[in-house]
Amino acid sequence: MLKDITLGQYFPGDTPVHRLDPRTKLLLTLLYIVTLFLVDTWSGYLLVGAALAAVMAVSRIRPKAMLRGLKPLVFIIVFTAVLNLFFTSGEDYLLRWGIIKITRTGVRRAIAMVLRVVLLVAGTFLLTYTTSPLAITDGLERLLSPLKKLHVPVYELSLMMCIALRFIPTLVEETDRIMSAQKARGADLETGSLTQRARALLPLLIPLFVSSFRRADELALAMECRCYNGGQGRTRMKQLRFSWADAAAFALGGLLLAGVVLLRRLGL
Amino acid sequence: MDPVIRIKNISYTYPDAPGPALNDVSLDIWPGTFVAVLGSNGSGKSTLAKHLNAILLPAAGKVLVDGMDTIDEGSLLPIRRRVGMVFQNPDNQIVANVVEDDVAFAPENLGVEPGEIRRRVDAALRQVGMYELRLHAPHLLSGGQKQRVAIAGILAMDPQVLVLDEPTAMLDPQGRREVIDTVEALCRDRGITVVLITHHMDEAARADRIVVMDKGRVVMDGAPREIFPQAEALRALRLDVPDTTELLRRLNAAGMRLPADALTAEDCAALIGEALG
Repeated sequence: MLKDITLGQYFPGDTPVHRLDPRTKLLLTLLYIVTLFLVDTWSGYLLVGAALAAVMAVSRIRPKAMLRGLKPLVFIIVFTAVLNLFFTSGEDYLLRWGIIKITRTGVRRAIAMVLRVVLLVAGTFLLTYTTSPLAITDGLERLLSPLKKLHVPVYELSLMMCIALRFIPTLVEETDRIMSAQKARGADLETGSLTQRARALLPLLIPLFVSSFRRADELALAMECRCYNGGQGRTRMKQLRFSWADAAAFALGGLLLAGVVLLRRLGL
Repeated sequence: MDPVIRIKNISYTYPDAPGPALNDVSLDIWPGTFVAVLGSNGSGKSTLAKHLNAILLPAAGKVLVDGMDTIDEGSLLPIRRRVGMVFQNPDNQIVANVVEDDVAFAPENLGVEPGEIRRRVDAALRQVGMYELRLHAPHLLSGGQKQRVAIAGILAMDPQVLVLDEPTAMLDPQGRREVIDTVEALCRDRGITVVLITHHMDEAARADRIVVMDKGRVVMDGAPREIFPQAEALRALRLDVPDTTELLRRLNAAGMRLPADALTAEDCAALIGEALG
């Protein structure tokens, strides 16, 4: 059951999008978000949607995978829609029944908000779908490296993220094992009221915590034995390099922004 | 030739422990040799291992690595670079989510130049036979493979001594064989000094020298052929002799006259074959 948890899921591939420098993809995602918030015309949504679909096609991410990723967000999306639908003030009523009032502006705004949320989430998913968590961490570290001057421990933070990602499968495996062990001793993890089930989790969590501390201890020792001495004076085997593809990607991102701004100006 | 590690009369007591874990231990480790340290639980063998690269510092006595005293804080990194350590649990010594990135961790820490790191990582992975799996995620590997990745991670530091603290204790027989074969090849082909802490006799039998520990002291020290025939003494220390030695001992007890020092199954079979004509 725990195997279904997909954190920062990544679909390995060898498309032009996969090959882009992670820094490029991070910055473009940021640019994409800004662009999305500048959209205020239907044609703008169409343009951004088309751009997203194009990138999905190039990176061979199937719409089905994207929909599956959006599924857990259905509640938030519906909530946003309902909120905008019923609580937008205005006089152009479409429907009025007691205290329930639906206005034209409300409908328009609800649709726009849903589009915005879906496009936003889909865009960021595209980043995690086409970039391995390690590459994202690496890209982030290098983008943030100017902060080292302000004594922000950028390298340490990225190492923490990297180790956390590394141990997720290990801890999931361990949780499964402890669960089986407790079930074999007659623990009931699946029935009972919410409080009962929460309490049943304790014999699961305590061994997991204890063993995690032991792991952390051993890992720290192993790291020390491999001359870990903080981020200072460290080199990296893999150097990131911007290529022409990255320049082209930035150009396309800029074009999208320009297009959206133009549509906004023209009010189309 | 000087010993690569010189241990002079060291003693160590863990905080809150009733007795010392190491009691006046002296040992010279010679370059290029394969040394196995045997002992039952609580004999002090792991404590000894932890003194070899300054994880623990002796309360009395001295440990010299390549002439450097482990107590000298300034030599900590040079000592750790020379004496690499592999631990029991393969899961808890792998840092990165990709095999080759993990192997690169130590040379990256040492500030080695990127091109050289690449070369060392590839060479280390080839030596342990994991080059084909260099882009894999560590959690998808078997225990023996993970342990070989951990060894490669140490080799990438270009060490003189490889200390392994019960590296096979959590592995299945297949994984154990992989790891011990790898370690033996590193010693024989690359001249790396190996210190293997173990309680498996068949692993110790492949070493050049066996050091047996009990209650914090070294009680036997010699070549496997000298140690294993002393079955009674070993049993008194709660250690078993290898199956081959045990077979020869029983055959001799039943009236055959065989030399008791054949260690490999092949040698043993040859001896018995000869005796039977």
